[in-house]
Amino acid sequence: MYQYDKYDQTMVDQRVAQFRDQTRRFLAGELTEEQFRPLRLANGLYIQIHAPMLRIAVPYGMMSSVQVRKIADVARRYDKGFVHFTTRTNFQMNWPKLEDVPEILAELATVQMHAIQTSGNDIRNTTTDQFAGILADEVEDPRPWAEIIRQWSTFHPEFAYLPRKFKIAIIGTKEDRAATQLHDIGLRIVKNKDGDVGFEVLVGGGLGRTPVIGVQIRPFLEKEDLLSYLEAILRVYNRLGRRDNKYKARIKITVREHGINHIRELVEAEWVQIREQLKLDQKEIDRVKAFFTEPEYDASAAEDTSFEAMQADSEEFARWVKQNTFKHKIPGYKAVYVSLKKPGLAPGDITSEQLEVVADLADEFSLGEVRATHTQNLVLADVKQGDLYALWLRLSAEELATPNINTLTDIICCPGLDYCGLANATSIPLSKQIAERFDDQDYLHDLGDIKIKFSGCMNGCAHQSVGHIGILGVDKKGEEWYQFTLGGSAEEDASIGERLGKAIPKEDVVDTVGHLLDAYVDLRHEDESFLATVRRVGVDPFKERVYADN
Amino acid sequence: MQIIKDREIVEDNWLHLDDEAELAAGNITISLSRWQEQHEKLENHEGGLGIRLSGDDPLEEVIPDLARFSLVVLIFPAFTDGRCYSYARLLRDRYDFKGEIRAQGDVLHDQLFYMAQCGFNSFELANPKRLTNALTAFDDFSESYQTTVLRPEPLYRRR
Repeated sequence: MYQYDKYDQTMVDQRVAQFRDQTRRFLAGELTEEQFRPLRLANGLYIQIHAPMLRIAVPYGMMSSVQVRKIADVARRYDKGFVHFTTRTNFQMNWPKLEDVPEILAELATVQMHAIQTSGNDIRNTTTDQFAGILADEVEDPRPWAEIIRQWSTFHPEFAYLPRKFKIAIIGTKEDRAATQLHDIGLRIVKNKDGDVGFEVLVGGGLGRTPVIGVQIRPFLEKEDLLSYLEAILRVYNRLGRRDNKYKARIKITVREHGINHIRELVEAEWVQIREQLKLDQKEIDRVKAFFTEPEYDASAAEDTSFEAMQADSEEFARWVKQNTFKHKIPGYKAVYVSLKKPGLAPGDITSEQLEVVADLADEFSLGEVRATHTQNLVLADVKQGDLYALWLRLSAEELATPNINTLTDIICCPGLDYCGLANATSIPLSKQIAERFDDQDYLHDLGDIKIKFSGCMNGCAHQSVGHIGILGVDKKGEEWYQFTLGGSAEEDASIGERLGKAIPKEDVVDTVGHLLDAYVDLRHEDESFLATVRRVGVDPFKERVYADN
Repeated sequence: MQIIKDREIVEDNWLHLDDEAELAAGNITISLSRWQEQHEKLENHEGGLGIRLSGDDPLEEVIPDLARFSLVVLIFPAFTDGRCYSYARLLRDRYDFKGEIRAQGDVLHDQLFYMAQCGFNSFELANPKRLTNALTAFDDFSESYQTTVLRPEPLYRRR
């Protein structure tokens, strides 16, 4: 993975010094709360219900075992000994002290980590496919490009005070595990008919209170033009995006109000002017790519026979392999999900002790690297099949091997009213209840791929509008109610979920999920997924089941 | 009034004229609408002429007359309104403006570094008491990844 040189390290160190001074001036009364706010947000620091919340960047989800150990250490010393992974593949600490934050950032800087632009109206952490680099059908590894974008977007002086936050995702396959159609800019590495590799560029997707599927602004962009084209889009947006209403400030609204054709004309006109100046050098592309070269895989990995034997021997192990591992381009290797979704625990949470075990396992079994996923799990991407059984035992001992990836209990959930100052309703306790109610493994595996996404407010941090089942907490006269949607998807077949009906009271949320599942089991054709069933029959049959009693 | 100009604290020698105020000799700045209405009258102005723009004003309308101005004042109604960062860059990079570009309005210590990178070279701080302290802000970072007005070559060409 990418390693800082003296330039990268100096910038991160100077950022720590800058924020230390800003915090000092705030605590000394030289900066008002209003003036301090965007400064702390640009360093990932929110003021929440119980304490500040600090969001730390994991650029495109990649972490070294050294970094993971540092995260564990910082969480233990400055927080309550656990962290929460987010849908932007970042992680959050929920209980740091404001005056400790500069020191936390200084600690993280020693392992090339930071909290730069993890909040605020700036360009956020670029995300990608958690399986980048290990996919047989990948046109090209998107991570070098994500790193090039990281550098371009870090402290970009012109785009630090955008109309609203700005998120970019990039993928290298047709399958979309990074929700590129739901980002302000989505980039897909594609090959054109001449065989040249470049980017298809989407713009104007987004979630939140007005979910929108992004549209294509350019079918093919030459690689060396990536930064000039991004800069052109950002400049047009910075000038044109609405500043009068923060709910209409995202680029999805700019695109809707002006039309994609007009936006495209403006972007292309701007691009022509800056294209030459910002052309990427092949030397720089090669420099960054050199950090992501293929590791030396064991050519004899596929010769192992214990893997098959152990699956035959242990049903539990076989189930975990089926559910929590993913194909790897090298024969004899697998990618392994570390499930952070054990029923009864908060989705995406992991303790310092568990983090340290994951770091050890990464060193022992997976080239010392750990990846965060937008579904709030972790991945060990390069495990030999002969090591899987030993790895499974160790993960099981830490309660990190729940075989539930992509099942009903692999719920994406925001922190909700229990932690977040924005939330209208609780989310974590209810998602725990859902996971506990439907914890029967045979039932879960029979139901198959069902994505529940659960947000505690309209801001939609858990992407509920693209959940197969989306649940949104709303406040009605001081009471917590829940709006269900069905049929959303964030993948290559992206769609926005359709509203099920009127909001459901808190005490009926778990039963409602049960009714939806019962309806699905009755309605489905053989081997038909939940999403396919909803798309075939529509929302009405589900609605009838849920609201039958009323 | 004191301002920061070219990283030094100096006395300001410009008068920002309201649209209602009578024209006077000397260094004055005027709004875009006043320029558009009275540019003939201003042709023989004795002294420096500057124009004030906010993000609501269409920058491109000023460009044909740009040579007439030795100062462009870009107004920040709130420090969170980042439109004028793009204006400053366009004035320097695209329209080759060599005169003074000044930030006015909600201009704070912590935005100075970015503003300077975008081509601003003078600053009327919202809190003029903190001018000396603010001078350090220009050195918050010794490098930038991007192509900026102060560093026309991106970092990757210097690595």
